[in-house]
Parts: sequence; structure tokens; C-alpha cells
Amino acid sequence: MSLVARHLEEAGLPTVVMGSARDIVEECGVSRFVYTDFPLGNPVGKPDDVEMQTAITGMALELLERAWEPRTTVQTPFVWDADSNDDWREHFMNVDDTNREALAAAGDQRRAAQADAKAEGRNRG
Amino acid sequence: MAVDRRTHRSHVSYIDKSRNYYGAQGYPQAYQWSYNHHVPFAPLTKPLNECRVGLVTTSFFEKKVDKDAVAGSATKEPYAARCDDALGGLYNKDLFWDKDNTHTDDLDTYLPINRLREFAKQGRIGSLAERFYGVPTDYSHRRTSRRDAPQILEFAQEDELDAVILVPL
Repeated sequence: MSLVARHLEEAGLPTVVMGSARDIVEECGVSRFVYTDFPLGNPVGKPDDVEMQTAITGMALELLERAWEPRTTVQTPFVWDADSNDDWREHFMNVDDTNREALAAAGDQRRAAQADAKAEGRNRG
Repeated sequence: MAVDRRTHRSHVSYIDKSRNYYGAQGYPQAYQWSYNHHVPFAPLTKPLNECRVGLVTTSFFEKKVDKDAVAGSATKEPYAARCDDALGGLYNKDLFWDKDNTHTDDLDTYLPINRLREFAKQGRIGSLAERFYGVPTDYSHRRTSRRDAPQILEFAQEDELDAVILVPL
């Protein structure tokens, strides 16, 4: 998605990216980025919170007008969970001793399924 | 307020997390994320309240998603569709997001069509374009850069957009 934003900018079309995967967007490098530190899935605000969605969308509009150079990131002031905001961060794609074996097995299974699918495709010609 | 100190950055590094996660699944070759030093920049050329604004999403209409497709098999193509047709919600269960902690039942949490229409009504922007665009989250930088990005630019030019908001899930 960030590559698309860059392509539009190169053609002279101003863009703003709204997202929650800060490192992915900033490594790719975009002109304007409104970052909300939320679990991936709701970069424009929490479900059913119209006020928050309006505020975040409004910040994107403001950034379109006011950024004067590329790589302008604005972090919105919202917090996902005021009591335990590290829980979702640690939980997502977590790897530790409780799931290491299960992950390795899942990977083996997926590779076997992919190999089967590939072989089947070849047989179909 | 108590001083909070940390040995690690507080925001999640999805590049680090996904590398470790897929590494633990036995994929030794880490994904090569796009990195650029130079970043292009286009300024707005007219006041925002005269601008036609467009939206780009990574979500698709459910009927266009091949659920048996292997990740990275490029069965999805960029598309343009009417905003009105998205109001019932889009399909994104196949994408990479935190399904344990949230949901995407509210369209405006990832594609703010209603919020932007409200801004248009208030005169903050000229208008929201009638069409929005969808772009696949492709493993291949080449397909994104050479196929998808030019297609989205073409849609934007057809719709005479003045600015574009891109919202990856």
C-alpha cells in the first residue's frame, strides 16, 4: 500500500496513509502518515466510536494541507486499552515456549499442503 | 504521573514480529520488506474544500476473494467500485490483522466513507469521489509497483482526484 502511495506522489498526486503498522510504512517511506497505535484492523478508530473516527480522519485531512516535507508522521493521541495497553502488543504473533512446538508443526503442515497443491496442479497439466 | 521507562520501543515492530513468527514456523528466509531512503512529495495544489478526495483500501468484495488461494499466489487484482456498494462492509478475513483483539464489522474503522462524506457535507473537503479503489496486499513488490500502483493512478486520474487517502488494514 505504501508503494502505491509513493507511485501516486511521484505522479504529482498528494496522499496520506492512515495505518497502525508504523515500522512497515516508515521503512517503505511515505509523504504523510497518520499513525494510530492500535491493534491492526482499525486504523481509523475503534468500532462504533464515531467521534474518534472523525478525529483521526480529520487529522489525515489536516496533514494533507499542512505537511511541507515527506516522511511527516503524526501519531494520534488515542490509546487502545488504558489499563493494559501492552497485552495486545505482546499477544500478537507471540512466540514463546508455550507455542514454539505448535508453530513448528503448523509450518510443516502448511508446507506439506502447499506441496500437495502444487503437485495436483502439475497433474492437471 | 509516574515516569514510565522502557528497555524496548513501545510500539509494535511488525517487521520483527513477523520475522520471528514465520521463523518459528520453519521459514528460514525472512520476508524482504520495502525500504526506501528517498521519499517523493506532492503538495496540495488547491484548497482542501475544493478537492475531490479518493480512498484506497486493502479489503475486497467477498465474491472476488479466492479463499483457497495460497498466500502470494496473486489471484487478486486492483479494482474500483462505488462507495455506496461498500457500505455493507468488505471482506478482509484473509488479511493480516489482530483478529483476537478487534473486529472489522464497522466499515469506518478501516475505510472512512461515512466520515469523509460528513466532512464533505461540512465543506471541509470538496467531495469524496464516488468510487473507491482496492489494492491487493501482495508479497511481490514488483506486482505492487508495476501492476497495481499504475492501475490505481489510472483510476485516480479517471476520477480527477486531487488527493488520495490510503488505508492499509
